Amino acid sequence: MSHVAHVLGRIASAVLLAAVAAFFALPMLWLASAPFDAHPSITVSLPEFTLDNFRAILDNPYALGSIGNSVIQAGGAAALVVVLAALAAYALSRVRVPGRDALLYLLLLLSSVVTGTAAMVPIFELATRLNLVDTHLGVVLTVSGGLLPAAIFILKDFMDATPTSYEESARVFGASPLQILRHIVVPVVRPGLATIAVWAVANVWGGFLLQYILLRDPEKSPGSVVLYTLYTEGGQPNLSLVSTFSLLYSLPVVLMYLFVSSRYGFRFHGGIKR
Amino acid sequence: MISVHGLTKVFPGGVRALDSLDLDIGEGEFFALLGPSGCGKTTLLRSIAGLETPTSGRIGIGGTDVTTLAPGRRDVAMVFQDYALFPHMDVAANIAYPLRIRKTPRARREARAAEVADRLSLTGLLGRRPGQLSGGQQQRVALARAVACRPRVFLFDEPLSNLDARLRLEARTFLKRLQDELGVTTVFVTHDQGEALALAHRIAVMDAGRIVQVGTPAEIFHRPATTFVASFIGSTPMNLLPGRAGDGVLHVAGAALPAPGDLPEGEPIVYGVRPEYTDLSATRRDDGFPGEVAVLENLGATTLVTLEGPDHLVQAVVGEGREPAVGTAAWAVPRRGRALVYRDGRLAGQA
Amino acid sequence: MAPATSPTDAAGLGRGRAVAFALPALVLIGVFLVFPAIWTVYLGLTDYRLTGPAAADPRLVGAGNYTTALGDGRFRDSVWLTVQFVLGSAIIGQAGLGFALAWIMRDRRGPVRRLVEALVLLSWILPGSVVAFLWIALLDRDGGTLNALLGTPGAAWLLDHPMPSIIVFNTWRGTAFSMMLYSAALENVPPSHLETARLAGASAFQQLRDVVLPRIKGHVLTNVLLTSLWTFNDFTPFLLTAGGPEGRSEILPVYVYNVALRDGQLGFGAAVSFLILVINLVFALAYLRLLRDRREVPG
Repeated sequence: MSHVAHVLGRIASAVLLAAVAAFFALPMLWLASAPFDAHPSITVSLPEFTLDNFRAILDNPYALGSIGNSVIQAGGAAALVVVLAALAAYALSRVRVPGRDALLYLLLLLSSVVTGTAAMVPIFELATRLNLVDTHLGVVLTVSGGLLPAAIFILKDFMDATPTSYEESARVFGASPLQILRHIVVPVVRPGLATIAVWAVANVWGGFLLQYILLRDPEKSPGSVVLYTLYTEGGQPNLSLVSTFSLLYSLPVVLMYLFVSSRYGFRFHGGIKR
Repeated sequence: MISVHGLTKVFPGGVRALDSLDLDIGEGEFFALLGPSGCGKTTLLRSIAGLETPTSGRIGIGGTDVTTLAPGRRDVAMVFQDYALFPHMDVAANIAYPLRIRKTPRARREARAAEVADRLSLTGLLGRRPGQLSGGQQQRVALARAVACRPRVFLFDEPLSNLDARLRLEARTFLKRLQDELGVTTVFVTHDQGEALALAHRIAVMDAGRIVQVGTPAEIFHRPATTFVASFIGSTPMNLLPGRAGDGVLHVAGAALPAPGDLPEGEPIVYGVRPEYTDLSATRRDDGFPGEVAVLENLGATTLVTLEGPDHLVQAVVGEGREPAVGTAAWAVPRRGRALVYRDGRLAGQA
Repeated sequence: MAPATSPTDAAGLGRGRAVAFALPALVLIGVFLVFPAIWTVYLGLTDYRLTGPAAADPRLVGAGNYTTALGDGRFRDSVWLTVQFVLGSAIIGQAGLGFALAWIMRDRRGPVRRLVEALVLLSWILPGSVVAFLWIALLDRDGGTLNALLGTPGAAWLLDHPMPSIIVFNTWRGTAFSMMLYSAALENVPPSHLETARLAGASAFQQLRDVVLPRIKGHVLTNVLLTSLWTFNDFTPFLLTAGGPEGRSEILPVYVYNVALRDGQLGFGAAVSFLILVINLVFALAYLRLLRDRREVPG
């Protein structure tokens, strides 16, 4: 390759990267500017800087309440998924149950086949008949059912990578299986548990469809659904409210992402993020 | 102290790791299970610990049958090959862990951990995590954890194999002294014959799920019961040469050697003699194996000489300054009373 | 030395406890994942409705829903729109752009790469409702930033070009996964192979074709299968266009929602859901087959 061609190639790739960066940044500029603008418009513009919008949203019980709902639903689902997946993954990793491999294969298959989209009708029906519509529990159970297979699969990987000699050693010293789980296994696979917890929270936090179907009562709706109603219902959206709420609602997932990638390094598993 | 009777372990899939094995280990004994990979020695150790459930047979510890007892109730302590130090606990918590399981009050177990740590010169490391320790320190912490719970039996699985060569000698001496001082019955597994000879009061050599020979290091070294043991024991492998008994002497590799009394005429035998008990002669000897000096390997204070004969190789160890030149002819002469004769792979006599 | 076979039960859990440990998770999966999937099949054979007489007493209609669907122009349009959506945003958009980015940035270290990666990742992790409004704002007819930049005031992108809009949107939204997967794949191509090709005088394109692609074939397949599967099931475009205008962006997930839960034809919606399940199953089986063939899962 000649020198000129090489330089041209470098320039071309730099131009392309700049264009891509612009493409990805463009929609987000509004999120960065409008919340701090005293009179936000739909167009990106340099803000007349103010923090009044944040003060205003703190006084809006509707917005704040929906974040509370998101916390309850995401936290509940994450706790349930971590505990149940850890127990199941541990049992499946350590005890040879007949048909274990087939079961795991089936779980992995199910998690990618039975999506919210494909199962929204029966899930709605099921929730209606179990009186779970308009309850936090309904959302927590439904999303947990969807997240568990992948969570079990990933945690089993973590458990498989832990030497069995830790547990055997504790066992020779007389520890009971539950003591081994509490003293040894849980602390050792903590990074895996944290990964699953963050993954589950991020999933439920940003999730829309199931929450939208299962919750009709705005008092129970999470931020993702409330935000959608803020800009689709009731005529002209209140831009300062929408932008500020969007920013506030985005912060937790961004912070969690930064936390996980700095603490454990970013690992991603085929099929995990949806 | 430990008695094993008719112990058989068949793994799912049909691998017979232990084959109707009998063994008795005395109180306070330092006992080695020695053998090549896959001989069943680790399975035997794990069965004594209770980590493997035997297919059949019985195991007793201190006069009680523990065959069906859970590992934690056998009053044994095990040190694993990878030490199995809990990575999230510091050294003090690791050492105190067995006492924590026994619900010893915190103050008591901290005191005990400190006492044991002091004895194993770990005092300065009590606050560290296993990841911050060297291999030798980790090994001592694992020993300390085993010592702390004052068990009736120590079980060590390849206790020295994860250390580098220099450290291993130091750790070996340390281990021997520790066992001497504590006097606790100790069973350890090793594939390193040198380690077994150096440490153990008695050794069981294992092969294919069976015990081939049990004896003191001296017995095992001087009178290996089979050619398998003979070839396995010794830092330089024993010379094993095929031969035949005839006319009251043994005809082996071009040499005529005195035969032990009761060998039938014409019987094929294997003649074994350690290189350490083989002398070199520069002149022709009827009781020496002829050959040409092919290789010289310096062992430090001695040199290992390999003689190449018409259809045999013989090795001899010679002292400093007495090495023959490569390419010269020489005769390897077994020292009297040190050679062994094997028939059908079993020891038939001393020559 | 390791024992002849790995221990079967290191912690002494025992079968009974193992089952007790696994059971709660399996029950939850069974009730909220397996059972709905099976129920879809049954519901799809009925004329069950959200309201009216068929709500109280649904009748079995056999394959009626399926023949209705196949004869329905709106359903066929929806299928065609879904094909466009998957091809355009998953395969050409996400996989294509993701690979291009990974390839261009493969030798780069430093702020430019970190900035591009951060932006691409950010668009992936932000909540769907948030990014949907960001795009509504960007594409707005009256004050949208895009019209201000292009000097095309009054262009109603979401109304006049709904499919291209959601295709570009979904490309923007999901490129991160492909980019990361291909970056990891390209790091596994030994530099010595590329250097050998370069010394032999191969152009960048020839290097790509002869050295890189054969080594990352499996990753490409994995990537295409997964992004297609996810895009096929993606409901986020609903937040931008709700399927409109006049159903011109009504991809299958939105179609099912509109038909079943908005209009109340639950039985018919379940029948369409079942078709989605079957297509998902094909994708997923192909993916798992791939995983089995080459145990090098990305990640």
